[in-house]
Formats: sequence, structure tokens, C-alpha cells
Amino acid sequence: MKQQGIGAEAIRVKGWLRAHQWLILRRASQVAVLALFLAGSWLGYWIVKGNLNYSLTLGVLPLADPYVLLQSLVAGHRPERNALIGAAIILVAYFLVGGRAYCAWVCPVNVVTDAAHWLRERLGVRGGARLSHATRYWILAMTLALALITGTIVWELVNPVSMLHRGIIFGIGTGWTVIAAVFLLDLFVAERAWCGHLCPVGAFYSMVGKFSLLRVSALRRAQCNDCADCYAVCPEPLVIKPALKGTDDGIGPVILSPHCTNCGRCIDVCSKDVFAFGSRFNNRSEPQAGERSATRITAMPVQLS
Amino acid sequence: MQDEGKIKATARRQFLFDTAKIACGVGMLGLGVGLYAKQARALPPTAIRPPGARAEPQFLGACIRCGMCVRDCPYQILDLAKLEQDIATGTPYFVARSGPCEMCEDIPCVKACPTGALDPKLTDINQARMGLAVLVDQETCLNFLGLRCDVCYSVCPLIDKAITLELQRNPRTGKHARFIPTVHSDQCTGCGKCEKACVLETAAIRVLPRHLAKGELGQHYRLGWEEQKKAGKPLVEGIIDLPDRMPEGVK
Amino acid sequence: MNMTRREFIKSSAIAATATAAGVTIPGLTEALAAAAPDKSIRWDKGVCRFCGVGCGVLVGVKDGRVVATQGDPDAPVNRGLLCIKGYFLAKIQYGKDRLTTPLLRMKDGKFDKQGEFTPVSWKQAFDIMEEKCKAALKAKGPTSVGMFASGQWTTWEGIAAAKFMKAGLRSNNIDPNARHCMASAVAGFIRTFGIDEPMGCYDDLEHADAFVLWGANMAEMHPILWSRLTDRRLTAKHVKVAVLSTFSNRSCELADLEVIFKPQTDLAIMNYICNYIIQSGSVNEEFVKKHVNFMKGVTDIGYGLRPNHPLEQVANNNGYPSADGKPKGDPNAASPITFDEFKQFVSEYTADKVSELSGVPKDKLEALAKLYADPKVKVTSYWSMGFNQHTRGTWVNNMIYNCHLLVGKISEPGNGPFSLTGQPSACGTAREVGTFAHRLPADLVVMNPKHREIAEQIWKLPAGTIPGQIGLHAVAQDRALKDGRLNFYWTLCTNNMQAGPNMNQERYPGFRNPENFIVVSDAYPTVTALAADLILPAAMWTEKEGAYGNAERRMQFWRQQVKAPGEAKSDLWQIVEFSKRFKVEEAWGEELVAKMPEVRGKTLFDVLFANDEIKKHSLKDLQKGFENDESKHFGFYLQKGLFEEYARFGRGKAHDLAPFDTHHQTRGLRWPVVDGKETLWRFREGYDPYVKKGEGIRFYGKPDGKAVIFALPYQPPAESPDAEYDLWLSTGRVLEHWHTGTMTRRVPELYRAFPDAWVWMNPKDAAKRGLKRGDAVKLVSRRGEVVTKVETRGRNKMPEGMVFVPFFDESRLVNKLTLDATCPISKETDFKKCAVKIVKA
Repeated sequence: MKQQGIGAEAIRVKGWLRAHQWLILRRASQVAVLALFLAGSWLGYWIVKGNLNYSLTLGVLPLADPYVLLQSLVAGHRPERNALIGAAIILVAYFLVGGRAYCAWVCPVNVVTDAAHWLRERLGVRGGARLSHATRYWILAMTLALALITGTIVWELVNPVSMLHRGIIFGIGTGWTVIAAVFLLDLFVAERAWCGHLCPVGAFYSMVGKFSLLRVSALRRAQCNDCADCYAVCPEPLVIKPALKGTDDGIGPVILSPHCTNCGRCIDVCSKDVFAFGSRFNNRSEPQAGERSATRITAMPVQLS
Repeated sequence: MQDEGKIKATARRQFLFDTAKIACGVGMLGLGVGLYAKQARALPPTAIRPPGARAEPQFLGACIRCGMCVRDCPYQILDLAKLEQDIATGTPYFVARSGPCEMCEDIPCVKACPTGALDPKLTDINQARMGLAVLVDQETCLNFLGLRCDVCYSVCPLIDKAITLELQRNPRTGKHARFIPTVHSDQCTGCGKCEKACVLETAAIRVLPRHLAKGELGQHYRLGWEEQKKAGKPLVEGIIDLPDRMPEGVK
Repeated sequence: MNMTRREFIKSSAIAATATAAGVTIPGLTEALAAAAPDKSIRWDKGVCRFCGVGCGVLVGVKDGRVVATQGDPDAPVNRGLLCIKGYFLAKIQYGKDRLTTPLLRMKDGKFDKQGEFTPVSWKQAFDIMEEKCKAALKAKGPTSVGMFASGQWTTWEGIAAAKFMKAGLRSNNIDPNARHCMASAVAGFIRTFGIDEPMGCYDDLEHADAFVLWGANMAEMHPILWSRLTDRRLTAKHVKVAVLSTFSNRSCELADLEVIFKPQTDLAIMNYICNYIIQSGSVNEEFVKKHVNFMKGVTDIGYGLRPNHPLEQVANNNGYPSADGKPKGDPNAASPITFDEFKQFVSEYTADKVSELSGVPKDKLEALAKLYADPKVKVTSYWSMGFNQHTRGTWVNNMIYNCHLLVGKISEPGNGPFSLTGQPSACGTAREVGTFAHRLPADLVVMNPKHREIAEQIWKLPAGTIPGQIGLHAVAQDRALKDGRLNFYWTLCTNNMQAGPNMNQERYPGFRNPENFIVVSDAYPTVTALAADLILPAAMWTEKEGAYGNAERRMQFWRQQVKAPGEAKSDLWQIVEFSKRFKVEEAWGEELVAKMPEVRGKTLFDVLFANDEIKKHSLKDLQKGFENDESKHFGFYLQKGLFEEYARFGRGKAHDLAPFDTHHQTRGLRWPVVDGKETLWRFREGYDPYVKKGEGIRFYGKPDGKAVIFALPYQPPAESPDAEYDLWLSTGRVLEHWHTGTMTRRVPELYRAFPDAWVWMNPKDAAKRGLKRGDAVKLVSRRGEVVTKVETRGRNKMPEGMVFVPFFDESRLVNKLTLDATCPISKETDFKKCAVKIVKA
């Protein structure tokens, strides 16, 4: 008997489009970020110059990656003003929308690892190395230590995140092998190995977004029919359970884990519309009447079902 | 109770093992990356950093590989290093032989740099010190051979300052002068136009990193004539000279 | 393996060092093999293809291809040295886009002026040429056909062309590109000395105490002579170098006296020098009394513009037709004056006045004048395009002679005025064999019936064959093309669409005028070729046997080394073969044929080229082992025949050329070659065989043996900057490229060394316009505009108000901007002065 696919119920209930709305938006966002950069180098429309490490939009808005800048600081360099302003803007932004929203909505490696995960599911690859989710913090610490010891930004020599983005814009050379390595790692070595366990960039952003405002909330967790589709699609499955099943422990419905990437995939695949984006402060432990959710955000105005 | 304690101890031990495992793994990774970094720090002599670039170790701590300098170079000579190159991945460089620095008066690459990896204090491009041109092969340099090439000199943006032609008689012909291209390190910006333009199959003049190109005089020795010029007078004053005895009428 | 211990140690050390430096060097055996001469290469003597210096080269051929060249170590001019262009000689014949077949503009299989270039056979090409040429001759007569010739032609190509046009088609409408280059020098020589070409030679370089460069950037344009001059300056500490220019150039590096003057004021400076010489009592009175006449030239001579130009309408001595049809005076006219009148004439050119006019400080003017005035200083003056390309080009040539003649510093080692040439055979071809619209071989002119008679006798033509009317000169040809008066036009071995002035308004419309048929022969698809109706593929340089005459009267020969690619043929073959298409009676008319009935039914080929005088030189005289495609095609030693026939013009008349075979045996000979000896300094007893014992000095070009000092004033140029067009524009050359870059821009290394022609301007001028180095700008004159980039650095340092653009770059045709004003006497264009503005592009 063919097992019913993940999210099939949601598609049946809500229609395909609503069952994929956040995924589509996310892909659109990832493509748009790249497109803005590529519009310059491919078409000559210079909207954004630079890459994810630092960019200048329309010649006025500086945006800088605080992680790489932090490494530079640790390495002993005092950056010029533009980089500092750019990093500050980014810190504030991700503080608001969730640090790891960077991973889900901007980072190009996400597409690679999602693809690896999709293929892993299709091929039915099981098991693999056991990696601790905390490894990324160790790596984060290691990259900063290396910067301190060597006085140079060492991680940037191999960082797949900046390498892929820079590579797409400026030419990648053999850098694709590193990306392929990440893909194969996720495909065969361990499930969601890179983004979920190893990537120091994600680790850094998770810290930035530890107290971020925008969160996914299992607002109508009372409706949950335990289909477990949300666990299946979640890139960080550990983050859901406390919020979804915490009613009895007096835990509020908001997913507070800094590892949540705000990807919204759980919202898509839930046929019962349990999940919704909301504020971290709307987190009373007792469920309200689901229908009265004031903070619910709908991505698509048209309800198709 | 004992069981519970045992379980706890086992859990603690497991935790310690796990932590050690991660630490070791990450440590190995760090070591690998660190060693690679050490290798990547040895910039190959053909790769030249943009104007205003800090000394290589500092530069690698300051450059965040954003490519803004690459974008703002109006002559598109800059490139970001790729993984396979012996240059720190993602950092900007140019190769003089294929595309030298055109020495823009407004130095847009430096202006574009958000971190100061390209030092914003560089406002006069003539003060840039990207490298140093060296006439590495006198045996094939056409001007050394007496021909009238002059190309390195003619293209030098600081013609007659950074490269001069020193005149010598050509002893073989006895009636032609040789125009010897001579680089002056106090003026040469290392833009690389001479290397690009050299008409030989392999350039006889090349831009090298200054630390490879320059010798250094021992601290224990000073050039007398230079010191005297600096002081504007003899360093030891009050020394006299007595006249020589000569036959009458002989000067 | 034969190798000394020392060599072994040396090569080991090299290998070790190279390994340490990460350099790969050839293996030891390869290195040793390279040290031995490569026997598979055949080396033979040749001449550099480029400038007028005339450096000797050796050409190496292997498997029918020039694989290497070298400076001839024994060549007297260059002793094995070459400039950077010469270094790449081996590559110039092998550009990827060599023309290898005739190309005709066709539509639907037929010639169409608007058609696409289509490959055709030589027969088809000559068919259409014959048709168009004969149609023009029939409709409007010989004045409607014309040819544009070249100072880069071999001597015999010039001979054949002049003969074909003047004696065959009976049209004097043949003029060389040397018109844009040397015509003022020629006119100056003829007016002052009555005979063309310099009295001195390059040996002056080792004898002079002072060198004065007037509008000659020898450092770039005559590179090997410059290294000789530099050596003299370097090794003889008393030697002084003065450089006069309108902007600071590379020659100024060596200058003890750098004189940057405002354009056109060289006229005033030379009068000041004469004034100074007279006022300081430095005149060589004995010399002047014995060897000099004084004359005053007419002054109101116009600027060689079209007759309807306001400047020409007010000029009364420009020689143009007036309202009543008679010519308005003669720009060349002059009347005798006395020394005192000359003294009076130049007395107004005081240091104060000239300093004010020229912008040159008085002390510099005086220092310059002293070089000429001081009897102990031997002075050699050099000039080229700064003088010749001048609306008063003939005058400035006359006036430099004034400076030398007043003090008698002439015609002896180290003392003399020396006109440098730009092209490899401006002298040996364009000037000497008579390719100018007014000339015949060896200084004869078409206006002189006696001269025509001499030419007709040597060429064995009926009296009256050669027309007496001066033909159209270069600029006049452009105008006649545009006006539809010149309908069949053949340009060979030159790229005048890029090099000539005011192309947008005159030449290009002339080429595309539907009434005209334009033929261009070239080795590469030049701008000129692409504007033509028929392109003929030409053999070049060592693909033909050749001779070039350099600036010091040195005639140098070379043999054909390799075959031309595809169907490409030498210009000599093209002209001579085309002459077969004309029956004598078609070209000459019945009246003339009646005087020589035996030519009836023959072709121009038979009469002009396959005559007994030429044909007697048989193929047996050809050097074994070398090609000679033309001679083998025609069946006799064509080059030798043409040369020997031509040499008859000058032998015994102070223009003696050595026998043909002797030239092949030598590294060039400086004529007159009399009694087996070269002539280094002319007009002086002992040096010149034409000056008799006891005469001392004799300027035998003039009947009374006296040279002329001309009283000529300063006059403003045809166009000066004003409020709108506020900058002077000068155009010219650079060391790395030869003229329009047809050859040198196809050498990748030279292209890389100097890819694009930018506009040199003063940084202040740039800043005033909000420009910085590298900015794209538009240069605009009253005649057109060109987009290029700003250069404020580098070898040329421009004074404020003046810009310079080299003309080698076919993607930036700067001659759209230049004015077609000429010296009214020499008809040479002034490429050094016109008004432009520069705006951001």
C-alpha cells in the first residue's frame, strides 16, 4: 500500500497553492535576492552591488553580514563606518524577523540542502552519522578562535554559504566542489547535516534571533490531529514539539527555539491550519478560541478551498 | 537508587564523550582550515592587490570578500579569487600581464571598500604601492639590447618618475645610445602597465610584491652622501684640509 | 656533446636558479641546439618596411614563409638595431585578414555601387576597371582619371605608375601620399636650392655640436636616428640639443633647450633668429656674398582651401581663378631684394615681439639664436611634419635655410639643415621618380616643355605625349572626386581615408559619389579599401623585389623572399598588367599615334613596359634561388629594366644612381654615385663630384649657383581656437604604430602596447571641463566629431589649450576633424592646427 505523502491531506483540504504558499514565497525570496545582485552583473541594472557579505543597495543602503564582520573584529581589524552601519541594520532586521529567517529566506545553500533532503526522501536514504545539533556552535566558536589566532578571516576561505552566493555572482570556479560536498553530506551522511547541525552562519543567526519578535505559533494546537506532517517537513524538527504539545506542561504555543528558521513550511502542510506566523508575545499557555486569532498572517489573500 | 545513579553517571559520561567527540571533530576541522589558511596567506607573486590594500596578513583580516571593489573598478581588472587559486578565496586581485591597474584619479575601488581593507587614507593614487616593477631579465629586454622599444617606459603613468630611461653608449655599434629602463621604487605604484605592455613573449619587466622586489640595507650602515644631503651640511663639522706642496706654477 | 666546464657550470647555475624561481627553461640539449645557427633558415638582406630612416634588416625564410627577421648588424644606419615596429617585421605579412582575392561591390552578379563586396577573378576585376576607366576617358578625357600613389611603394612601382599615368593615360592626376608628408620640404628645396633632397646625411649626427629639432619628435618617429643623436649628446659633453615643439614630447627628455611655442609662431621665431644673427654681427658675409641671393616672396597666398572659402576670396596671390577667369597671382612668386632690405624686413622680429607672439621666454629665444649665430658651433637642424604639415610649410622650409645660409653653416659634416622623411621611400619613390602631379623623374617638372621633351625622349614617346598641365594634387583629388570631375580613381599602397584631412566632408563623399569608380589596392581591408568599389589584393614588402630610398638619399634594394598569399599581386604587376587593356590609339588619340605610326595596334604595355629598353634585361639576370613573380609573368627582368631606364634621367645630372646590380650587392648607396663613390655632403668641393675644384661651394641646382634667402613674414593659421572651438588639435604618430596601423595594429604585441588613440590633454584643461583621465569624450570640430578617452598622463605633456590625438586608430578616425587647409605652394595639408572643442561623451 502506498503511504500517503506528506502534506497530501493539506493539499486535499486547502488546495495545492495554499499548501505551498510559504514555500513558494520563500523560493521567490531566495531567487529575488540573487536576482537583485545578478541584475547588475548580467543586465547592467545596478540595484544591489556586492554580495551577502556586504552590499550596497541603490548606492545608499549598506548591508553587511555581522558574522563576517565579527570575525574581522576578532582578527583585530577595525572596519570602516559603512560596514558597521550595514551590520547594525542587518542585526536589527534579523532581531525582528528571526535570525534564522536568513537561512530560510536568503541563504542560497538552503536550496541545495533542501534539494538534498528532497532527494534523500525520494531515494529513501536512512540513518547515517549522528551529529549533535550543538556542533554548529562549536564550529562557530572555532571560526572565531581561528580569526583571533591567525588575525585573518579564515572561515571565509571555505565558507560554503558565501562561496555559493559569491560564486553565482562573481564566478565560482572549483568552489562548486564545496557545494557538492554539502549536498552529498546532506544526502548520504546525515539528514539535514549542514544547515541543521554544522553551519556556523546559521548558528550565529540563531543567536541573533534568539529573542526575535516574529515567530511561528501553533496557535490552534487544539486542532492538531497528530498527522506529524509538520515534523516531517521541519528542517529543525526539535523546535515544534514543545509548542505543539506543550499545553499540558503549561508551555505557550509560540515556537521559541532560536533554531526555528521561520520557513513556514509547517503552516503549509498542516491541513488543520494549526500554525500561523505571530508575535512571540502572543504566547499565553491556554489556547484561545482558534478562530479569534488576531495576529494571524495570511500570505495569500485568496483562500482557495 | 543505585541504578538511577548509574544511569546518571552513564549519561554524564555519554555527555562528556559526546562533547569530546564534537570538540575533537571541530578541532580537526579547525586545524585543517587553519593550515589551509596559512598556505592561502602566501599570495602568489603574480596576484596583485588593489591600490591601498593593507599588508597581506592585515588585509586578510579586514577584507570581507564582498567584491565591492571589483564592481566599482571602471576597467574591470579586478577579480575575486576562486577556491582553486593560491589566493585567499574571495579576495580581490589583479594580474598585471592581463589587466593592469589604470590608476584612476578618484580611486573608486578604495572608495567602495566598506571595511578599510583598502585603506581610505589613500587619496592620491600616485601614492599607491601595489607592488614594484622589476626589470627581471636584462638579457631579453629589447632596450638593453639597444633596440628602441621603450614600451614599458612609454606606458608608465608616472613616466620619467617611476621609470626613467638611463642613457648609455652602445659599445657594440659605437654610435647608438641604449635607453635603459630603470624603475624607481620611491615612485613606482606597481600598477603593472609596464608588464602588460612588454612586447616580449614573456615579460622582461614584471610587477612583484614589494617584499620580494626590494633589498634592504643593513641597519649598521648609512649612505654618507645621502646623510649629508639630508642634514644639508657635513655631519662632522670643523674639519680642515691643508694645501699640497706643488712645484711653482703647477696647479 | 661539446661543452666547456665553464659553460656547464653556467648552465647548471641557470637551471638551479630557474627552478628556484619556478621558471621552466628549455632542457640543456635544446638550449645547446638553439645556440647553433639554424641552417634551415635562409637569410637575405632587406630594408625595414616602416619609416624613412631606412634601417637594414636581414629576412629569414623557411618553407616559403618569413619566420624571423633581425636588424642587419652591418647596416650603416642601424648596426643591427631596430625600433619596436622593426622588431615585429616578421609578423606584418601574416595578419589573419590578408586580402587574397579581388573584391567587387556586386548585386545580382553585376557591379553595383551599393552592392556587397564579392570575390571576383583578376580578369573580372580588370574588365570592370577597363570599362570604367575608358568610359571616363571617353566622356571627359584624361583629367577625369586619377591615381593616388605612395611613398611606401618600391621605386619601380612609382616609375611604372608615373609612366602609365603621365605617358600612357596622358593624365598628370597622379599624386602620392607624400603630398601629405614631404611636399613642403620638396617645395622648400626647389625654391631655395633648385634641387630636391638634403645636402647632408646621417653622418651629421656624429659631427654636430648642436642639434635643433623643429617640429620633429625624433625620439618616437625616427627612433634609431634618435639613439644616434642621443649617443652624440651623451659622449660629447659640449653638444647641445634644442627641441622646438607646440607641446612637450619625448624628444624633450634630452633637450638642453626645450622651446614650446604657440602654433604657427615658428615663422616668427625663425625671423627672430635671422634678426639676431644680423644684429649681433654674426652673418658670414663672405659666404652670403658668394653663394646667396635674397628674395621677397608674395604673401597674400591664401590657405589652399576651396575657392569659395572666405579666406580664399580675400587672398590675391592664391593662384585661383578670379572673376575674369585669370589666376589670381602666383603663391610661389618672389622678387629679388638686397641684403639690407632683408635686414630691414626681419628687424621687426625683435625678442620682445616674438616672445609675446610665441609665448617663448626671451632668454630661450636668445639661447636658440646663439646656437645658429656662434661661428664655432656646428648646427644640424632636423624637421619633419611639424614644418611640412603647415599652411606655410614651404615658407618654414625656406626660412630654416635662411638661418643656415646667413651663417654659412651648410653642406659640411655636422653643419646643415636636414629634412627627415616619414615614409620608407618618400625620397626614393614618391619624389625621385616623379609621382607628384607636377613632377617627372629626377626633379623634372611637367610645366617645363624642355623637361617634358627629355622625358619623352628617354621614354621613347612622340613629342607632346606628356600633358603640360599640372595634375590634381592630393587634396584637389578629393575635391574633384566629390564634385564629380574625377571619375576613375585608383589608390594603391596607402590608407588615405584614414590619413587624409577632412574625410567626412571631402573624400568619403567623393568615394561614394555614384559618378565615380574607386579602386583600392592594399594588403589588408583598410578603411580606404572598404570605402572603395573594387579592392585589389596586394603583395607586400618581401613578397616582391623592391627598392626604397631613405631620407639621406640612400637607395636600398631587396629581393623577393616569399610568395604573396592567394591571388595577391604586387602593385607593379597590377599597373603593368592593367596597361595591357589599352590600345595605344585608345589612350593617345590619333593625332599622337600619327607621329609614331609603328605603335598602332600595340598596347600601352608594349610601348611603356615591354619596350626594347626594358625588355633587354632578361630573366637570366635574376638571382638564382629567389622568386620574382612579376618578371617571370611578363618574361623579362621588369624591375631592372624600369630602374635602368629611369636612372638615365639622373645620371650625369647630379642624381646619379649606381647600376641596378651594384645596388643589390650593397647595403644601399647615397646618390649621386659617381665613379663608384657615394656622396655624403652635396654642394661642397671635395665631397660633391658636381662641385668643381676651386669653387668651394656651389648650389648648382640654381643656374647662378646661388641659394636663396627668402623674406617671408609671420601669418596666422587658417583656423585658430575661438570661444566655441577653444582648443588646438594636432594629430600625429607614436613610436609603436606605423601611420594608420594597417600593419602594426595587426601585430598583437604592438596592439597591446598601444591599443587605442586617446586624446592627450593638459590636466587643467581636463579639470576645467569636469573631466578626468579615462573619461569618454567627444572631440568636435566644424567638420565632424570623434569619441575617445582622455589621457592626461604619459609621454606627451600638453600645454593648456592644446590637444594631441594619434591617427593610427581606425576606430577613432581623428581626420574627420582636421581641416583640409594646405600650404598654397606645396599643397601639403596642415594636420597640426585646427580648432576643436571637447565635451563629455
